[in-house]
Amino acid sequence: MEDVLIIGAGAVGCFIARSLSRYELQVLVLEKENDVGDVTSMANSAIAHSGYDPEPGTNKAKFNVLGNKMMPEVCQKLDVSFGKIGTLTVAVDDDQVPLLADLLVRAHQNGVEAKILTPEEVKALEPHINPAVKGALLCPTGGIVDPFTFTSRAMENACDNGVKLHLAETVLSVAKEGDHYTVKTDRGSYEAKVVVNAAGLHADEIAAMIEPVSWKILPRKGEYFVLNHFAPGLVNHVLFPLPSAKGKGVLVTQTTSGNYLVGPSSEFIGDKGDLATDVPTLESVKAQAQSLIPSLPFGEQIRVFSGIRATPSTHDFIIEASPRNPDFINVAGIESPGLVSSPAIGEYVVKDLIGAVLPLIAKASYKKAIKKYIRPLSLSLLERNALIQANPDYGEMVCDCEKVTLGEIKEALSRSVPCLTVKALKKRTRVGFGKCQGGFCQPKVVRLLADYYHISPLEVLYDKSGSAIILDEIKKEAK
Amino acid sequence: METKDLLIIGGGSAGMAAAVGAYDRGVKDLLILEKGPFLGGILNQCIHNGFGLTEFKEELTGPEFAQRLITQILDRKIPYQLDTYVISISKEKVVTYMNGTDGVVEVQAKAIIMAAGCYERNAGAIGIPGDRPAGILTAGQAQLFLNEYGYLVGHRVFILGSGDIGLIMARRLTLEGAKVLGVAEICPWSNGLNRNMVQCLYDYDIPLFLSHTVTKVIGRSRLEKVIIAKVDEKKNPIPGTEQEFDVDTLILSVGLVPNNDLLDNLGIPTSRSRGALVNEHYETSVEGIFSCGNVLHVHDLVDNVVEEARQAGEAAALYLKGQLPIHKESIAVLPGSGIGYVVPGKIDLADCGDDLIFKFRVRQPSRNVFIQYEFNGIIIKKIFKPIIIPSEMEIEKLPKNILNSNQGTITVSLVDKEA
Amino acid sequence: MADITLTCIICPRGCRLTVDEHLNVTGNFCPRGIVYGKQEVTNPTRVVTSTVRIDRAALPLCPVKTAQPIPKKKIFDVMSSINEVHLTAPVAIGDVVITDVAGTGVALVVTRNMEKIP
Repeated sequence: MEDVLIIGAGAVGCFIARSLSRYELQVLVLEKENDVGDVTSMANSAIAHSGYDPEPGTNKAKFNVLGNKMMPEVCQKLDVSFGKIGTLTVAVDDDQVPLLADLLVRAHQNGVEAKILTPEEVKALEPHINPAVKGALLCPTGGIVDPFTFTSRAMENACDNGVKLHLAETVLSVAKEGDHYTVKTDRGSYEAKVVVNAAGLHADEIAAMIEPVSWKILPRKGEYFVLNHFAPGLVNHVLFPLPSAKGKGVLVTQTTSGNYLVGPSSEFIGDKGDLATDVPTLESVKAQAQSLIPSLPFGEQIRVFSGIRATPSTHDFIIEASPRNPDFINVAGIESPGLVSSPAIGEYVVKDLIGAVLPLIAKASYKKAIKKYIRPLSLSLLERNALIQANPDYGEMVCDCEKVTLGEIKEALSRSVPCLTVKALKKRTRVGFGKCQGGFCQPKVVRLLADYYHISPLEVLYDKSGSAIILDEIKKEAK
Repeated sequence: METKDLLIIGGGSAGMAAAVGAYDRGVKDLLILEKGPFLGGILNQCIHNGFGLTEFKEELTGPEFAQRLITQILDRKIPYQLDTYVISISKEKVVTYMNGTDGVVEVQAKAIIMAAGCYERNAGAIGIPGDRPAGILTAGQAQLFLNEYGYLVGHRVFILGSGDIGLIMARRLTLEGAKVLGVAEICPWSNGLNRNMVQCLYDYDIPLFLSHTVTKVIGRSRLEKVIIAKVDEKKNPIPGTEQEFDVDTLILSVGLVPNNDLLDNLGIPTSRSRGALVNEHYETSVEGIFSCGNVLHVHDLVDNVVEEARQAGEAAALYLKGQLPIHKESIAVLPGSGIGYVVPGKIDLADCGDDLIFKFRVRQPSRNVFIQYEFNGIIIKKIFKPIIIPSEMEIEKLPKNILNSNQGTITVSLVDKEA
Repeated sequence: MADITLTCIICPRGCRLTVDEHLNVTGNFCPRGIVYGKQEVTNPTRVVTSTVRIDRAALPLCPVKTAQPIPKKKIFDVMSSINEVHLTAPVAIGDVVITDVAGTGVALVVTRNMEKIP
């Protein structure tokens, strides 16, 4: 019998698991994909929003601001790259200027530090901004975060502290049976006192297994460009246009990895699995981005991708025990500002919602932080040489473009969250994220994973089930 | 800090030929740094033949050609390090490299030859619309999986791009049991050699769709379908011309890009070839840093790579003896109309050699045209070309005394016969 | 027998040749095209390059080629023979793997030096 069963290991599920892992509770997380953070949590703007934008009094506003405050400490404990570079919401024509004042009011209502800048001040901070800039709202507490390790290292902390994680397991039914829930999946059956529904795009479907809910998840697609590494100084802050009814709009930002990210678009779609990109949408994203930074070097494009937001029909985060079942907790509709809100949501769900139905007894030996990852690039020459002396794997470069060594790959494979696919290894170590997009390193990575898991390279998956990279072996007659 | 007269980055055809060129002109304190486990570079996975007709007067396969150069290296006992990755170069010519045995090493080089080759343009760079399934790879990746490890990347394959790598892979995959359903080429002409068109496509009844591109890829986990469409003169898809193919693999042969980060990071100017801007001695804007082979500009014949790299090695040897001129901007060389790029990007008119060698590619296939050289606005040479195509690099020699000054601009253009 | 049209591969012109039943070649720009056209129609030949399995080497495959061009119609027979080969390192460029591959009279040879690994 589990104390808590969490459905979904996106950013929210991972941080709930992490917060739970502090207490003497049996926790099981079920994730249908082959990795944690493998849907919306890996395809977003990677922004730690400051919290000026959500409507005051909403869950979004509350958890955004709390989460933003938690970021430095959380990222330090989880060894995640976080850059508090500040955000600029930019007005490019006169009509938009009064809206800046509205945003300032909202920022103050949400308790977020903000200031309106003149065009000259904006240009001083961002020399490449559209010369027609009319002013901007500066929020110094906003920033950028690496979304991949944010999720996987939160789960690593949870697993290090005893949380059980099952990947590649899909929940088929949840039923209340007396004082507990029976959760049936495609691989087994589990019992739990409390169930947390953090199922992202499918949260409404999971919620409806217990009782009818009035809300729905409306999938909303956003398409992005990723540009190659750049010389610093082209864009210093996260740049937003003025928000509209469609959302925050197309942003332009550097990332924690030194790339540029441009996007997203916003379009409601019918199919929760439709991640296709299309030319007209991307052309529109490009045009909107160029209204902020006209000289964006799109020739440096290395990838396009799309993510799907789990937009709630209620327009606000749904974080509550279900009306008739206080031990079934819905954490749904976590669209933007979901990433930055996750640590705060985790704490709230555990202390206020789960704590209302289960005793929270702190563990005697609780690991507050994960073991730091070795980052050879940040070491001095002497330190690097000592590292390679002790472990020659750190002297073998696997990914030339992103400078990832074999030692880092092996370390990622050895940690408590399983790293089963090429994509998972990409997210943990950045191998394959560079300009050659795995051209040189993917064959090496496939063989590495095959060796590590003692499987045939034919069984190594790119990401989702059925995504084998190589399909056959030649010259079987000779073997 | 350790010092070295000459460090060569890359142990493929360019790196080895440059080493031999330098060694034979007297440079003995040199070292080749190769990131892979073997010398030979990309030649090792190019098991097809067609290499060496000019250099060795024989038709060789890639590995055989590589071995000819390796033998030259071994005979001269030129030192080399394998599994060694160059992390950075500084403007002062300090090279930082790394391997599992020596750790991270900094070496003060007097001269450096960059011979690091290319990477392939890929699906991310061209932003193919549609899903993101497994099964979309570059031709070189497929070639590596197939030729070195014996894995077929798919059973039903479509190829985008009619460059030679794509055509070669069409044949390889067919011979190893896959079905290649077609090759789409966005230009109205094929970018591969006629020989490969015949021996890789026609021989196996693989259809070629000129003026077509892939407009969508479909498949959630693994590729299931590609959709191609005809394109107009602006390379935009024409609605209504779509054709669908059931495939599990899309192979991209859409171009090679010089792997020039080490020099880019120094702010060394590049040319339209996307490699460094060099003078007639293959020297970049930094004295003593040279570039040759595919990292300078993408070649179609390895024989030309070897010739070029040898000259770069010889130039480095002269530099080390103090016999290359001090850097100055002399004559700029620009690609004019109809020309994609020209190497060299500038001419310093040093006292080495009597000829100027221009290497360039035209933008589109043309018949009965002239390649015209203008110097400071005056036509100094016109060379008739009955046929000239983008997929074959042109190499032309002009005598140095054709220039009457040390300053100005040479423009290389393609002009019609009537002009 | 109808005329056969084909593309000459000898130089970048890529002349479109027509060869009639008497082996007269037209469409060629130079004499080399006549030779090629006749050959391609009467006895088209190709060099086949591929790989064979190998043990005790750093890689599992060794590249090979037919030492001379073989008749085009025998390409897949040659491939069948190639697919059954299993070598053991060390091997050297030029080593004969099969003396007469698929009855063509042509040898299959190794094209890469591959050392034995311990």
